[in-house]
Amino acid sequence: MDITKLSALEIKKHIKSGEVTCEEVTRVFISKILENKKYNAVLEVFDDAVENAKAMDIKIKDGFNGKLAGVPIIIKDNILYSGKICSCGSKFMKDYIAQYNSTVVKRMLDEGAIIIARANMDEFAMGSSTENSAFGVAHNPIDFERVAGGSSGGSACAVALDMCPIALGTETGGSVRQPASFCGIYGLKPSYGRISRYGVVAFASSLDQVGIFSKTLEDNALMLEVIAGGDNNDETSSKTKVDDYLSEIDKDSTNITIGVPKEIIEMVKGLPCEVNFHNFIKVIKDNNIKTKDISIKDVGLGLATYYILAPAEAASNLAKFDGVKYTSRDNNAKNLQEIYKKSRSKGFGKEVKRRIMLGNYVLSSGYYDAYYKKAKAVQGLLIEEYEKAFDECDIIIMPTTLGEAYKIGSKPNDPVETYKEDIFTVTANIVGIPSLSIPYGKGKEGLPLGIQIMSKKFNEKTIYSFAKTIEKIVKKED
Amino acid sequence: MVYDVVIGLEVHAELKTQTKCFCSCKNEYSKVPNSNCCPVCVGLPGALPILNKYAVEQTIKAGLALGFEINNTAIFERKNYFYPDLAKAYQISQLEKPICINGHLRVGEKDIPINRIHLEEDAGKLIHEGNQTFIDYNRGGVPLIELVTDALKEPHIETADEAIEFLTKLRQIYIYAGVSDCELEKGQMRADVNISLKPKGSKEFGTKVEMKNIMGFKSIHKAIEYEIARQKEILDDGGEVEQETRKWDFEKGESYTLRTKENAEDYRYFPDPDLLAVKISNEDIERIKSTLPIMPGELKEKYVNEYNLSENDADIILAEKEITDLYNECVKLYFQPKTVANWFITEILARIKGGAKLDISKENIVWLIKAVDERKIQRNSAKDLLSFVWGTNLSAEEEAKKQGLLADLSDDFVVEVLNKVLEEKAQVVEQYKREQDPKILNFLVGQVMKETRGKASAQLVMEKLKEKIE
Repeated sequence: MDITKLSALEIKKHIKSGEVTCEEVTRVFISKILENKKYNAVLEVFDDAVENAKAMDIKIKDGFNGKLAGVPIIIKDNILYSGKICSCGSKFMKDYIAQYNSTVVKRMLDEGAIIIARANMDEFAMGSSTENSAFGVAHNPIDFERVAGGSSGGSACAVALDMCPIALGTETGGSVRQPASFCGIYGLKPSYGRISRYGVVAFASSLDQVGIFSKTLEDNALMLEVIAGGDNNDETSSKTKVDDYLSEIDKDSTNITIGVPKEIIEMVKGLPCEVNFHNFIKVIKDNNIKTKDISIKDVGLGLATYYILAPAEAASNLAKFDGVKYTSRDNNAKNLQEIYKKSRSKGFGKEVKRRIMLGNYVLSSGYYDAYYKKAKAVQGLLIEEYEKAFDECDIIIMPTTLGEAYKIGSKPNDPVETYKEDIFTVTANIVGIPSLSIPYGKGKEGLPLGIQIMSKKFNEKTIYSFAKTIEKIVKKED
Repeated sequence: MVYDVVIGLEVHAELKTQTKCFCSCKNEYSKVPNSNCCPVCVGLPGALPILNKYAVEQTIKAGLALGFEINNTAIFERKNYFYPDLAKAYQISQLEKPICINGHLRVGEKDIPINRIHLEEDAGKLIHEGNQTFIDYNRGGVPLIELVTDALKEPHIETADEAIEFLTKLRQIYIYAGVSDCELEKGQMRADVNISLKPKGSKEFGTKVEMKNIMGFKSIHKAIEYEIARQKEILDDGGEVEQETRKWDFEKGESYTLRTKENAEDYRYFPDPDLLAVKISNEDIERIKSTLPIMPGELKEKYVNEYNLSENDADIILAEKEITDLYNECVKLYFQPKTVANWFITEILARIKGGAKLDISKENIVWLIKAVDERKIQRNSAKDLLSFVWGTNLSAEEEAKKQGLLADLSDDFVVEVLNKVLEEKAQVVEQYKREQDPKILNFLVGQVMKETRGKASAQLVMEKLKEKIE
């Protein structure tokens, strides 16, 4: 039995039955990480993981039955785990030690998870390929020459290469779904407010959500059950009831309506994802699932809106990294102004600086109304349009990415070209709805592609059950 | 040339709450640096603010006490700037939708318009030692309310005196409403002042100069007079006032340029995405209104119209809430508001002016006043007793008994003694009838007191004496 091929649910079962110990499981996964070091998916294996696993074995013997009892988990490098380095993929923060547990970490630990490592990412979650990581790019698990995607590329690669069954990433505009698509696994961005952001280093607070990578849908649902739910440490977290995602996953979802936005049909024309997207529509139709042509008129404005709102919030959120308190200070600074200027100039990478400048620009007096306010207005418009669209259907589908994972270093130096990669993912963040990227089909180069399944806010259970239906159809066809 | 002076005030006051504005740290002074802090108020990565609802209530209370409109939806915004005492590199404040809008405060005959009161968090403190600087975040996140007058609307505050009257009244109202202790020496209330001059009658405003964070009313008064004179001199010389922020050096008694318009900060305000909009229902507003105590303005009317106090006496009693509260308690126990007021002004406030701390129970005060009124004790003895029990747990009544000061003689017995004295001193009585010299009356009273070993009430004796011989 190769433990690393198993799902979290299976691992849990084997540990519980005594076939394997949590310690053995943890050691196997850590070996897997070390074997695949060259992919640069993981920045650090936590040295107390095995000790924690041993302690968990005793706990489980004593009857502990947590939802993640003994399951090894990898977290993105911007999620605080008390006592562990949390560098956000930045050399500015390379020695920063988390002073407290994030709510998601606390909830996972309470359910018996063993957090074994932290995963590579684009610096401060800004990027779509982890090429912006201060610690080098994470490679694609299928084709080493290609990117794993980003910003949560390390987490996606880790799951795809069996370094853990489930990993956490974070999303602001597609940072979970895009790498999930590039690596051929499931990646969920939950509804805004579904998961507490407490202890997750902020990029753009109104768009950020923790996301879940898994090889199976059931594992994804299991993890969401553990970490979702209101939190008194996060005002923006929602008290809306957490559904029994796992037990409802097999619910029949053939009686639902799938909305296909005509604007998306237009947008995919000529793109590498076009054929695959149409294949997907055909398959659901062939399986007698009702589809409906819908319209989200301004879906194309999502990208511009995103690249105003996200940098604006980021500029403010990242101002605290100033060389005074917890980021590394430039020793040549002679006064306060120089501490700020020199430390930040040296500490932040190019893309982060670009977005800070962009953000401060759109917030500055004289430009605030023209950019920030207008973007907020478009956000309001998009929320309305999606709401209307969901009056006509239960699920909206669209491709996750333009195409397959691209070659490392292949993107031109024009940042706008890179930003366009996010065109299908950003609106879910802007509108605050959940979206799951499911692995579906392959591109011309034989690499995985993904399809996004979106629903109304806090309706993740419908997403899971529809995705399960698709999974069954695909299996049948294979 | 003659100028119109326009003075705008921005007044910060520390709110009285159990905990800080956005975390559960205690809202209290703490001597050990950074001992009263958490991930939120030191701005650790990943930490998120949680609004203290009571701070919002206190802000509403302040607004209601000053006749403000309360917004049903209020929003918190980030004011972004770099300074080490600001842990997150932004201050959570309010710009577009503050909690309170459009209030006013009466100064002399003017209703001074006030634009807003908003809620925000305080910054930490920098401690400089030699060439090193340390940061203490204990104060970081303490709730502050900022009140901003509306200098665009008339009438304006025009003189230093009016500004001080505004601040004094505001302070009194905050203390009354229980929203802030406003202790000036602790910096719990501080003001920014902006001043502009324009030719008399001109519609157009002059260039505004701001003076930041002046502590203490005396300094504010001085700073305003200094700034008016400075601008007048510039304008009289045909110069132009530069738009700038100045700092008041209270030791030198002058101000200096802090920054000019060119270096003005762009705070890049935007709604704080970590905080939800605050919904304030009309029911909330009514509920909070019902918890407001009577404000000094209303009390003054009551004192003058119902209690027949003079305006001056009413003002004296209303000057300090501690005194006012005690006065009201005493009147409740013994409804002789005028007598009680006199006692407060001549006895209690006199002692406080002399440096004593207010430390006397309402029961003792009322017993003493009543005992004098009922002639159980002499006024002088009562005064001595007041001093004796002040600052102690002793009961004035018990002490009066112990010290034998109680006039335990019946009126009839006193009259008997008086008759005896009048008989014996018939000559003196005759002398009085001729000369009408009040000293003679005092002499006769003194004789009765001697006979009764001081236990009779002198007032009673005087009264009876006058009845007999006039």
